[in-house]
Amino acid sequence: MKYLEERIFKIIMIGAAMIIMGVLVYIIGTVFYKGLPSLTWEMITKIPGGGFYLGKEGGVLNAIAGSIFLITGALFISMIISVPLVMYINFYLPARSVFSSIIRFSLDILFGVPSIVYGAFGFALMVYMGIKASLLGGIITVAMLIMPIMMRSLDEVTRLLPRDLPDALLSLGSTKYEMSKVLLRQLMPGIVTAILLAVGRGIGDAATVLFTAGYTDNIPTSFGQPAATLPLSIFFQLGSPVAEVQNRAYASAVILTVIILILSFSARYFSSKFLKNRS
Amino acid sequence: MRKIRFVKDKTVRHFMLGIGVFTILFLLVIGFSLFFKALPIMKEKSLWVLLTSANWRPFKGDFGFLPYIISTVYVSLIAIIIALPLSILTSIFLNSYASRGIRRLFGPVVDLLSGIPPVIYGVWGTITIVPLISNKIAPGFVEFSTGYTVLAGGIVLAIMIIPLLISILVEVFRAIPKEITDASLSMGATRWQTVKKVILRKSFPGIIAATVLALSRAFGETMAVLMVCGNIAQIPHSFFDACYPLPALIANNYGEMLSMPGYESALMFAAFLLFIIVVLFNGLSRFTLNQIEKKYQFS
Repeated sequence: MKYLEERIFKIIMIGAAMIIMGVLVYIIGTVFYKGLPSLTWEMITKIPGGGFYLGKEGGVLNAIAGSIFLITGALFISMIISVPLVMYINFYLPARSVFSSIIRFSLDILFGVPSIVYGAFGFALMVYMGIKASLLGGIITVAMLIMPIMMRSLDEVTRLLPRDLPDALLSLGSTKYEMSKVLLRQLMPGIVTAILLAVGRGIGDAATVLFTAGYTDNIPTSFGQPAATLPLSIFFQLGSPVAEVQNRAYASAVILTVIILILSFSARYFSSKFLKNRS
Repeated sequence: MRKIRFVKDKTVRHFMLGIGVFTILFLLVIGFSLFFKALPIMKEKSLWVLLTSANWRPFKGDFGFLPYIISTVYVSLIAIIIALPLSILTSIFLNSYASRGIRRLFGPVVDLLSGIPPVIYGVWGTITIVPLISNKIAPGFVEFSTGYTVLAGGIVLAIMIIPLLISILVEVFRAIPKEITDASLSMGATRWQTVKKVILRKSFPGIIAATVLALSRAFGETMAVLMVCGNIAQIPHSFFDACYPLPALIANNYGEMLSMPGYESALMFAAFLLFIIVVLFNGLSRFTLNQIEKKYQFS
């Protein structure tokens, strides 16, 4: 009897795992199946031409460029904050300090704050500072979104460092700052992983940039100009009643999915490299 | 020369401390600024009216959030009901049954599911789930449904929270000391009996914490839900009615919100509400999970 039960539940569990894998394949498959036929070279090399939203010529280069500018800026800001902070809680503070656990705890909560709330807060902040919907506003808001993500993955890899490495450096008489610099080099693949994860999350998020980055058909040339983003571009094109524009939304979805696939796999590659170095 | 090194170290240390304090305060800053933005509407109407009235007419100054709150709750509950059993079964499978190879194969699957942007989920939902509901599922229950429904939102959300659930649950199950499961197995219990009588019972708090965390993620999800839920301000009566969750409300109306005086404040109130709930849920479940992790590390 108990062996029968064992069998049945094993099958159910394998079934559950298969469903989850199947759904992933189904999602990516659907996006590619729908989008690939409309994906042309023009899509990724041209900005929207006249009558683009009626199905005429043009591409989504504006959105691709906007997304890249946005994420580069946001990444820069969040790196400046998260790298020193991770060094601080791991190397400067004692191993089980209350302060570092408070910081970790608040980061955990920040990690859970929905992107739409960041969007609303970013918008409120911009109104307060008198910035219009622009590249700058988008950068600030996306930086808020990806900062906790970077922090968490950086923190995780840093904790994996062998404990005797910092001790060895300290015993040679280095200050903690010098020690951090050396260890940072050791952590490089882990940092790359953290960056890739953060970029993946930031580049795909629409709710944060909806209020803050605006939308435009041109490639932004300064921080004060509005910037289009890939997720929003997909969203707006999908909302069009014209079939060709909708098809282009699917093609844009393929572009975004490919970007995410590349980021995700290279993140995994670098993190496995890091783990290999360790043992 | 020696002095400069120490001065450098000190400066950096203070700079880092500043960042640390800033991060902790940041949460408060977000909370307070949303609160102050929401204050005008809270002064005008009592909190009770805002939360329990179904009257939504921004042009007349009526802001009742009940339809949005109920929509959010329904969609999230459906998502949890679908996602939780799947995730628990899969995590147990990965933890106690699967070989290393399968476990390794599943890593990228979870990574990708959590990496796929909400917009893509939305696109997928409108291509597949919405027509499926409208053509196949709904006709069995109701006269007509557009497919843009509570159910569609729930299904799409379920898939979006599965990776979060699995990654936490795997950790929770792993935290159970091997001695306990070995003891059970050596008494002649089958694996499943061990899972049922030992692992699931032992990890109950962890499962609850993971569920709460996933629920709070579901509450805040915006873009995908916005694209498949139909966005009609009503209290949904069945799974096949359209609904309008809170995040979608905020996202959809940003353009108009400056033109009407009470409106901006009302939307900020929605954001504030979302923020408070998510912070509470997150705080509680993270605390529980940290506790579990600690027990595991030092035992």
